Amino acid sequence: MTNSIREIEGMEVIFIVGSNTKETHPVIANRMLKARRRGAKIIIADPRKIPMVKFCDIHLQIRPGSDIALLNSMAKVILAEGLQNDEFIGEKTEGFDAWKASIETFTPEYAEKITGVPADEIVKAARMYGSSRKAGVFYTMGITQHACGTDNVSALANLVSLTGNIGRESTGINPLRGQNNVQGASDAACLPNVYPGYQNVEDPAIRNKFEKAWGAPLSPKAGMMSTVMMNEAAAGKLKALYIMGENPIITDPNMHHTVKALENLEFLVVQDIFLTDTAKFADVVLPASCSFEKNGTFTNTERRVQRVRQAVNPPGEAREDLWIITEISKRLGLDMENSPEKIFTEYCRLWPAIAGISYARLEKRGLCWPCPAADHPGTPYLYKDGFPKGKVNFVPVSYQPPAEVCDREYPFVLTTGRNLFQYHSGSMTRRVEPIESHAGEPYVEINPFDSKNLGISSGDIIKVRSRRGEIAIKARITPRVSEGTVFIPMHYREAAANVLTIDALDPQVKIPELKVCAVALSTAGP
Amino acid sequence: MARITINGKTIEVADTATILQAAKLHKIPIPTLCHHPKLTPFGGCRLCIVEVKGMPKPVTSCTTTVGNGMEITTSSPYLQELRKTVLELILSDHPNDCMICEKAGDCTLQNLAYDYGIRENRFQGERRTYAKRDNNPFVERDLEKCILCGRCVKACDEIQGVEAIDFGYRGFNSKICTSYEQDLDCEFCGQCISVCPTGALTGKLWIRKGRKDHQEEVDTICTYCGTGCTITAHVKDNEILKITSKEQTMNEGWLCVKGRFGYRFVNSPERLTRPLIKRNGAFEEASWPEALDHVAKRLVEIKAGYGADAIGGLSSARCTNEENYAFQKLIRAGIGTNNVDHCARL
Repeated sequence: MTNSIREIEGMEVIFIVGSNTKETHPVIANRMLKARRRGAKIIIADPRKIPMVKFCDIHLQIRPGSDIALLNSMAKVILAEGLQNDEFIGEKTEGFDAWKASIETFTPEYAEKITGVPADEIVKAARMYGSSRKAGVFYTMGITQHACGTDNVSALANLVSLTGNIGRESTGINPLRGQNNVQGASDAACLPNVYPGYQNVEDPAIRNKFEKAWGAPLSPKAGMMSTVMMNEAAAGKLKALYIMGENPIITDPNMHHTVKALENLEFLVVQDIFLTDTAKFADVVLPASCSFEKNGTFTNTERRVQRVRQAVNPPGEAREDLWIITEISKRLGLDMENSPEKIFTEYCRLWPAIAGISYARLEKRGLCWPCPAADHPGTPYLYKDGFPKGKVNFVPVSYQPPAEVCDREYPFVLTTGRNLFQYHSGSMTRRVEPIESHAGEPYVEINPFDSKNLGISSGDIIKVRSRRGEIAIKARITPRVSEGTVFIPMHYREAAANVLTIDALDPQVKIPELKVCAVALSTAGP
Repeated sequence: MARITINGKTIEVADTATILQAAKLHKIPIPTLCHHPKLTPFGGCRLCIVEVKGMPKPVTSCTTTVGNGMEITTSSPYLQELRKTVLELILSDHPNDCMICEKAGDCTLQNLAYDYGIRENRFQGERRTYAKRDNNPFVERDLEKCILCGRCVKACDEIQGVEAIDFGYRGFNSKICTSYEQDLDCEFCGQCISVCPTGALTGKLWIRKGRKDHQEEVDTICTYCGTGCTITAHVKDNEILKITSKEQTMNEGWLCVKGRFGYRFVNSPERLTRPLIKRNGAFEEASWPEALDHVAKRLVEIKAGYGADAIGGLSSARCTNEENYAFQKLIRAGIGTNNVDHCARL
């Protein structure tokens, strides 16, 4: 997030696109409701009538995968009505004219055809967002999990640049991180192309700095992203995988492909707290600890580094993950610090943006990076003093249909996501008895119009089939989804949505298109 | 700004402040029951009454805004008598079973009864009795302990926007109801539990697990989404008994169903407790040195056979910064490849 969570209260307009905030980030949704009580307007672009829709001023119920058409069209309306921020465009951006020419065709009427949203609703939303100079955009995987995910984000960024809605308090662009420490894992460089603090692995000077710090030669070549690793494993090129605390069998697209990939490995180590579906494929399983059983830090979606404190001991012989890593490391000839605080100190020394953070400072409350000095108060919102590269670019993006579109054989669009009660692959929440008794059953959401045509009633077990696989699942008839679209939550291994999903990847960041694929529905039959 | 006098002491406060807020700011105690600093004022319980010079009757300090020159008295024999009467009336329709109540030791009503020395009650009469049990899996609702302060109704509406509950019926029959008095079926954020001043609302997960004074409190961060709510784990004998969150936190004390109730996986009997090595297609328990040596040996063999780039590591957004830092350092400096990633895209 470029803003902090507290700043949401001060926003005039909140534009939520591809985020089911009330279910996936409920406490952030609470802040949005607080803003609304103070008069903020809320715009939502989402294929489903998600719970947050109850509180919005405009709901743009777009077809899955049509975000670029919507966003480009909103930009065109903003320009046509003179609502753009000329001062910001002139001083802080580049590439405006070429981009402006690129959205020429995106009239609201054209966008209506692609998105299914009435043209006048698009105009209304554009006016609302474009008229504000204190607006915040919020997005999650509904924007990014597409073969055009990078372009979707660019289209959003263009809208932000056009109105200059960034770099001020309560004004910015805010991807909401879906997992407790996904920000921290990225910052700490569990990414194939950067060292800690997003320092490029292919830059010789930077590599030299880390080789000195770590006392070992480092590879000059960027590595593979997780989705690519699975492809390479399936192709027999990746031979060994060490998986710590992930469950790709359930969370990766096209489960049969993931199974093939893991089976193809010569050696798989899985370190986890449960024998997950992924761990079952392992050659060695290492019993680890959960966040209540260790000390350390997490970095939340607003870049706030916060202290995690041990409340209980791990069960049996299960150990802290840090201990396990350092023990393996020792055996590979690399000695590491083994206390969380010492590791953190080493990390802060190598990334200037957190150089001012220490466990002592985090004792009372967390700090948002950048925090470059011990007396720096942290940075609740980014880009107050300009952008790191000087100016931001307008990036022309054109609409492209999803990798797989509906046809006669597979006439429905499947979109996937989370629900309020369960979490991700379910390995934790599905073992919480009241959650499981309340929300323990997989389901597919189907629009009443479609269910009537297909002769499906609520509660029927039906078959959902895609080109990758087939599952049997209970039908939930609901107007939450629009006609032609069905939704399956990702959490349930017994009817795993990712048996069906497509492993098409965004060409730049290799994110899978989990939000759109084509499926067919049929009554289960004998 | 407004200049006011409270108990003879002259202070300056913002002219939008209520008398209660002004008094709190200057550490002048006024008892409250229905007031909650994060919810709109209600003026329902009448405990926060104060005397204002020139006003004929005591006023509720939570709903009265300060005015320039106001002279306020927060404590007098007359006010104490009125407050005691209010409490006696509430307690006359309360089970008074503090000895087995989950909330004992942490109950506003119990503390006030203590402060005002109420044991015998002048008022005897009919008591509300409710036999119906709400079958939802998360929130235990004991309406006999409800004092109708309305905090849960306001939290559900103002904070959560759910409006699952409201006041139903009138007068003596008033109670907090769901629509048609069905079992609670909501987002189960448990905000209502966190604001309840008595034992009327409790988490079903922590009933009879132990009361406040037997627990150690550990402040940490929630293990679920990226919001990073600060939570407090209440711990006894190496077991998490319940999760709460403090008002001063970044999340203002609010949590969701997963954050508040989703901790019980920690004690699951399915937790892995020993290293496992697969031999002939079946897992066998192994010692740590055996498992770690085996992992290191195989990684060295594969690196020797195919090169470091034939090895990859997937780290976890569920793990700490320190673990993630150490993990990528192991892959990069220990194995020699940049094949390291995590679930940021999933």
